[in-house]
Amino acid sequence: MKTDELIRGLARDERAGRAPETLLALLLPAGLLVSVLLFAGALHLRPELSRMLAEPRVLLKIGVSFALGAAACVLALRLCRPGADPRPAVALMLVPPVLLAAGVAGEMLVTPASGWMTALVGRNPRACLTFIPLLAAPLLVAALLALRQGAPANPARAGAVAGLMAAGFGASLYALHCPDDSPLFVLTWYSGATLIVTGLGAVLGRRVLAW
Amino acid sequence: MDDRERRWSEWMRAGLAGDSAAYEGLLREIAPALRAVVRRRLAGYGAATAETEDIVQETLLAVHLKRHTWRPDSPLAPWLWTVARNKLVDHLRQRGRRVHVPIEDFAELIPAEPERPGTDAAEVERHLSRLPEKQRAVLSAIAVDGNSIGDTAARMGMTPGAVRVTLHRAFATLSARLRSET
Repeated sequence: MKTDELIRGLARDERAGRAPETLLALLLPAGLLVSVLLFAGALHLRPELSRMLAEPRVLLKIGVSFALGAAACVLALRLCRPGADPRPAVALMLVPPVLLAAGVAGEMLVTPASGWMTALVGRNPRACLTFIPLLAAPLLVAALLALRQGAPANPARAGAVAGLMAAGFGASLYALHCPDDSPLFVLTWYSGATLIVTGLGAVLGRRVLAW
Repeated sequence: MDDRERRWSEWMRAGLAGDSAAYEGLLREIAPALRAVVRRRLAGYGAATAETEDIVQETLLAVHLKRHTWRPDSPLAPWLWTVARNKLVDHLRQRGRRVHVPIEDFAELIPAEPERPGTDAAEVERHLSRLPEKQRAVLSAIAVDGNSIGDTAARMGMTPGAVRVTLHRAFATLSARLRSET
């Protein structure tokens, strides 16, 4: 097939894909629904949640997680668009760690050093490491399916960012159950869970986001 | 942005809106531009320029299959050169060559000389022959023989809709196989 012939064929193929943004807007809510069902089946909202939502440490935990999901969502879409400048989105990714660092600093200022270790270990780190990846999984699937329409220069990297997005939103959901509120706990275990989902996203992305 | 780039963006916008003549005009004009850049880059790495036409065709396939990732309100050229660079890097990587290709090398403006391909796209040809039979037949009837969708449908006893779907699948399969080759 000569190049001229290929071009003739391509010009007659009028079917085009859908923008990753469009597809993500459809699939992410579907993934979220599955995550919410998993949450309803395996976990429960923490007691007195509405009162707890006024608690700064609870707000920080949810806020940092949600900010991570949102920033990674913006970055993932940028990475899937050839020629788009990812730098503003990368800057946005700095927001969650800076927020968390401020929270950790605040916690260390207002609580005695003798309590730090107890707060860090918390009540249930294993549940955190189990349920955040579990709740993130449907979101990761949704994100990867949507991003398959994209054209990332580095599929593993785009997959990792999809993992960050899924972990961020999954952790926001888990935070509605999680009884451990110390920023030290969030720093350790939420980050650990995020790392697991991010690694999974990178491994999967390398395979499914290549184009 | 020069006149050529402005024209490319307009043609792509028209193409996405269903103007296949404008789209074909765009692909015909970017092909020699791609060929010139790819050949020069390959020569720069000391790689065989015999692979040029394969990379040009792989890039055209990618441009086609990923055209919905271009934002119609932005210029086409930066998008196009990024796709071209990524396809060149992929092609070389699959053959065990690690290369760093700065995007600037692609962004240069090269005069679109009426250059002809010196060699065939051997790999594309090889994968083409191994496509599922129906996809190969439809692609060949439309691209190589120049038949319309309607004629191809009548000749192969398919509906025009089925021909369109099969044609699109043929390009997607071809692109996927070129990518996964090691």
